[in-house]
Amino acid sequence: MSSIAQELIPPEAREPRGGRIRRTKGGRVRRLSRRDKVVLSLMVGIPTLIELAMVWLPMLMSVGLSFTRWNGLDLGDIRPAGGENYQFISQDYPPFWPAVQHNMLWLLFLALIATPLGLLLAVLLDQNIRGSKIYQSIFFAPVMLSLALIGIIWQLFYQRDNGLLNFLLGTAGTPQAVDWFGDSSVNIWAAMIAATWRHAGYVMLLYLAGLKGVDPSLKEAAAIDGASAVQTFFRVVFPAMRPINIVIVVITIIESLRAFDVVYVINRGTNGLEMLSALVIQNLVGEGQVIGVGSALAVVLLVISLVPIVFYLSRTFGKENKA
Amino acid sequence: MRLFFKGENMASQFDASATAFPSRRSILKTVGVGAAGLAGIPFLAACTGGSAPSASGSDSPGLTFGSGSSDDVPKRAYQAVTDAFTAKTGKKVTTNVVPHNDFQNKINSYLQGSPDDTFTWFAGYRMQYYAGKGLLAPIDDVWETIGGNYSDALKKASTGPDGKMYFVPNYNYPWGFFYRKSLWAEKGYEVPETFDALKTLAAKMQADGIIPIGFADKDGWPAMGTFDYINMRLNGYQFHVDLCSHKESWDQQKVSAVFDTWSALLPFQDPAALGQTWQDAAKALEAKKTGMYLLGSFVTQQFTDPAVLADIDFFAFPEIAMEGRDAVEAPIDGLLLSKKGGENKTARDFMAFLGTAEAQNAYAAVDASNIATAKGTDTSKFSPLNKKCADTIADAKYISQFFDRDALPAMANNVMIPALQSFIKDGKMDVKNLEAQAKTLYAAQ
Repeated sequence: MSSIAQELIPPEAREPRGGRIRRTKGGRVRRLSRRDKVVLSLMVGIPTLIELAMVWLPMLMSVGLSFTRWNGLDLGDIRPAGGENYQFISQDYPPFWPAVQHNMLWLLFLALIATPLGLLLAVLLDQNIRGSKIYQSIFFAPVMLSLALIGIIWQLFYQRDNGLLNFLLGTAGTPQAVDWFGDSSVNIWAAMIAATWRHAGYVMLLYLAGLKGVDPSLKEAAAIDGASAVQTFFRVVFPAMRPINIVIVVITIIESLRAFDVVYVINRGTNGLEMLSALVIQNLVGEGQVIGVGSALAVVLLVISLVPIVFYLSRTFGKENKA
Repeated sequence: MRLFFKGENMASQFDASATAFPSRRSILKTVGVGAAGLAGIPFLAACTGGSAPSASGSDSPGLTFGSGSSDDVPKRAYQAVTDAFTAKTGKKVTTNVVPHNDFQNKINSYLQGSPDDTFTWFAGYRMQYYAGKGLLAPIDDVWETIGGNYSDALKKASTGPDGKMYFVPNYNYPWGFFYRKSLWAEKGYEVPETFDALKTLAAKMQADGIIPIGFADKDGWPAMGTFDYINMRLNGYQFHVDLCSHKESWDQQKVSAVFDTWSALLPFQDPAALGQTWQDAAKALEAKKTGMYLLGSFVTQQFTDPAVLADIDFFAFPEIAMEGRDAVEAPIDGLLLSKKGGENKTARDFMAFLGTAEAQNAYAAVDASNIATAKGTDTSKFSPLNKKCADTIADAKYISQFFDRDALPAMANNVMIPALQSFIKDGKMDVKNLEAQAKTLYAAQ
């Protein structure tokens, strides 16, 4: 066997080279050659380093900066501020609490309306109806569209004077016309519907994959036992999709926390559309940056995000350990 | 366009945000949801493609020029200026054009990295701030040659916090109430000289079924114009400057008085303001749905029909208190010399060149929507409206730069926009809170 072919065979299946079998003290066979170890440590090490440099380091720096005052110019200008930034955002920064409320509202809306809608679409499209692929593409298209395009599409729909919605309501051009994006009492709902439009397509795709993965014999067995279609779905199919369900729950929570693009294209997250992520951007990016305050906001968002992340990770790793 | 808070380039701002927002990316990575991760990639890729202006060499055979004037007309106009400079001196100008929103958003890292020798910027606090941080080169020697070309108001606007000169003005544009002459003639409206007359006129317009004052604040910045003018008419130019630089407290009677006065005007301003952009409001003025519209003279760019354009006139914001009408809001755009560019003699020559009628004529020949600042520029092609704009600026004792240029950008962006939007909604303003926010933000600089 040539050495190249030898490399192609997974290490576990390889004949030990030179007939030597190295054993550790415990008597377990050590099958990794030095070369394997180098390759493996590179494969694990490089992503770990990238992860450290691109994710953990900035994250820790954000946490650090949230306790300072800095104008973003000279490193020498960084001054300690204690908890002042946190005090500022909770007491003096008017958009903060509305933003927290809006994020909660967003979460409820996605969880109670958008996600079930995605599930419904998936179940309907899973029924082998004609043109299923076309419908799938249509519902998934919003997920792939660029921000700018989404802004334009919904602008056409929601405009006060010549938007489609006011036209359908018969109020276009009259004083009763609703300013869907400008009126701060309705624009959050308008934005959430736009977000649902994207989110449902995303959830649909994931559930379609999940439904395909459910063993058809389960459904047959349920049918033989006399279960109705609804019962089959809720008692058999849905519980069988448990891994997908957990992913969807996490995605829904994360989507509502990082809800940003839709409000940002509407009015950059002001006037009734305050969201935590938009506030972070406003305070961290551009000329108007206030790094301490922006970092404090980012840390608040991070801490909230950690809850579903920890939940997800403990679920996945907990299962692996049991296995 | 030259204004600060333009929403048109949002996508690029969003791209930039992806890098500056570690927690969001960490979420994506940690969760490891393939699709979500993939969705992020275009944004990340877009960032690396972001145009960080690069500069090269400060040898005297030429200079580098960083320009945020990325729109077609101003871009060609600056091209005409650099060509004229090269033709005159034989020195080469390397221009790096960056989309204007990017240019402004990245100014901090730009100035600390390797900036071009000269670059486009604005007068006001936004210039003084960087001068104070030592990131700009003073150009007193340049002003010795070009000083005679400028009025005192312009000279004052070009001075840094240390009393040295830093800025060479190119053009500016006044803010005022724009209106359609034909509508006013038809209805018999007269230009109001005082605030009371303005209110009376507005009430008359309302009775005629017209929205008296066009107003748009979806983007947040246009309402600052109303605030600035009422503030300057009530409390004077110096108070405006001191308030913007936070030498004056927000939590005082003088500031409350501005909002009290504004409350009287609020019922006459377009109630749909929060949902429309300045372009929408300009269209409403064109369609005679609104009677007048307080904005910068760049509003005329929206009137593409020459007949409409010829029908447009404007008047200065009326007098309110003793302060009269001395001050005009006329943001100035021009050039600054970076610290590194200060060592390049040719760059100084270029700055001096821009401060002459010759260079500004070359600019105005391409971009006629602005008013050249140097004395002796060619006014023969001016429309009556251009001429009136120029006279208004020339006659002004003080030139303010608009709130977002006179104040700390964070104050304008993060505090005033939401505060003014909520004022437009419910007519209430918590000046104590404004002061609390201002204190934290200015202390962080």
